[in-house]
Amino acid sequence: MYICTKIHQDILIKNIALKPHKTSIFSALFLVFSFFSFGNEEEITKEDATFDPKAMILHHVKDAHEFHLWDWNGSPVSLSLPIILWTDNGFTSFSSSRFRHDDEGQIIVKSNGRNFIKLHEKIYQLDEGVSSINYDLDHHPTNAHKPIDLSITRNVFMMWVSVALLLFIFLTTARTYKKSKDSVPKGLAGFMEPLIIFVRDEIGKPMIGEHKYQKYMPYLLTIFFFIWINNIFGLIPILNGANLSGNIAFTFTLAVFTFVITTFSGNKNYWKHIFWMPGVPVPMKIFLMPIEIIGMFVKPISLMIRLFANITAGHVIILALMSLIFVFKTAAIAPVSVAFSLFITVIEIIVTAIQAYIFTILSALYFGMATEEEH
Amino acid sequence: MTITGIAAIGAGLAAIGAGVGIGKIGGSAMEAMARQPEMHGKIQSSALILAAFVEAVALFGVVVAFLQG
Repeated sequence: MYICTKIHQDILIKNIALKPHKTSIFSALFLVFSFFSFGNEEEITKEDATFDPKAMILHHVKDAHEFHLWDWNGSPVSLSLPIILWTDNGFTSFSSSRFRHDDEGQIIVKSNGRNFIKLHEKIYQLDEGVSSINYDLDHHPTNAHKPIDLSITRNVFMMWVSVALLLFIFLTTARTYKKSKDSVPKGLAGFMEPLIIFVRDEIGKPMIGEHKYQKYMPYLLTIFFFIWINNIFGLIPILNGANLSGNIAFTFTLAVFTFVITTFSGNKNYWKHIFWMPGVPVPMKIFLMPIEIIGMFVKPISLMIRLFANITAGHVIILALMSLIFVFKTAAIAPVSVAFSLFITVIEIIVTAIQAYIFTILSALYFGMATEEEH
Repeated sequence: MTITGIAAIGAGLAAIGAGVGIGKIGGSAMEAMARQPEMHGKIQSSALILAAFVEAVALFGVVVAFLQG
């Protein structure tokens, strides 16, 4: 690092004699190098703290009770979200700031006559007369249990934000069409119209069919835009990657919707294909029946896992590339790490749209299969 | 070798399978598009759907490896 500073000085001395545009190039270089040395200085002060990339990545990918924005002088700056619990003593709610960023079960919060701790972003209720928590060998608490947690976590919060945003976008768009029926849409409506027509003409019509697609359009449009906007929210760093579409409960719910709609819109032909496949010999019919029944459930499960795994994998890759800097404890790897994570982020922006498209088109495909007429 | 190491190898094998599958889909789609540029849109969307199917199997593998590791 000392040598680095030495070189900087040399460059500075040379700069005085150089022409203006060369000076600017050198000062840009100088800036870049000074970042390196700044990084080194930081590293020296923090060298004793060990860095666990796996814990960091899991912490970022999982749901949390607060928005952790940044660290300031060693203490985290965060937006606390409310904790709402249903216990044996009824509802209780308090701010997550009362845990004072403790995630190891050290701080006990008393609320509504019960004691609570936060362990790995899960709220546990301590049993009666217990003053500190005990663990078994697998680091599971033995003298505490989980109450029903209805908290507004950061995923829930981001979901509401995205719902509000979608409502705003589509109500504005609808109002534009109400006002000017025959003119070319302007503003937001002009931006949304091609997207909606894309869902109708590229997803709805070819997959479900000209005559029946209209019934399913509201659902298809909803999931397309809902997944897309939540995927995009997951990529915004300041929101700490509120990883909503990378949450298996979220994708599970969407997949259940698709499953229920498919099952209820299944016609005679669809059920015949599942239970008594036409056009094959009888032993084959019997053989195919369990396979088709399993297939009925595997379809929504694959929808669920595809969205979950794609989005989570994207977040994990970006974070893993970033943690390379801290694993190798040198800022020299930073250009590589930043360049690669930028590259992956750009790919992820495409993936946000592709995954929304895939989920929607596969849902439409299943609806199409369920409503297909005999041919 | 730990179970985490074996899980990582499993995830890698799943990725190889998906790579081969998606590579074949992509290659064939490209050829088809070059042969029939007017079918570009349709071929692209079916290729994407098929890629999603192949990818899903690989992701099952990755998820299982993740649960084990």
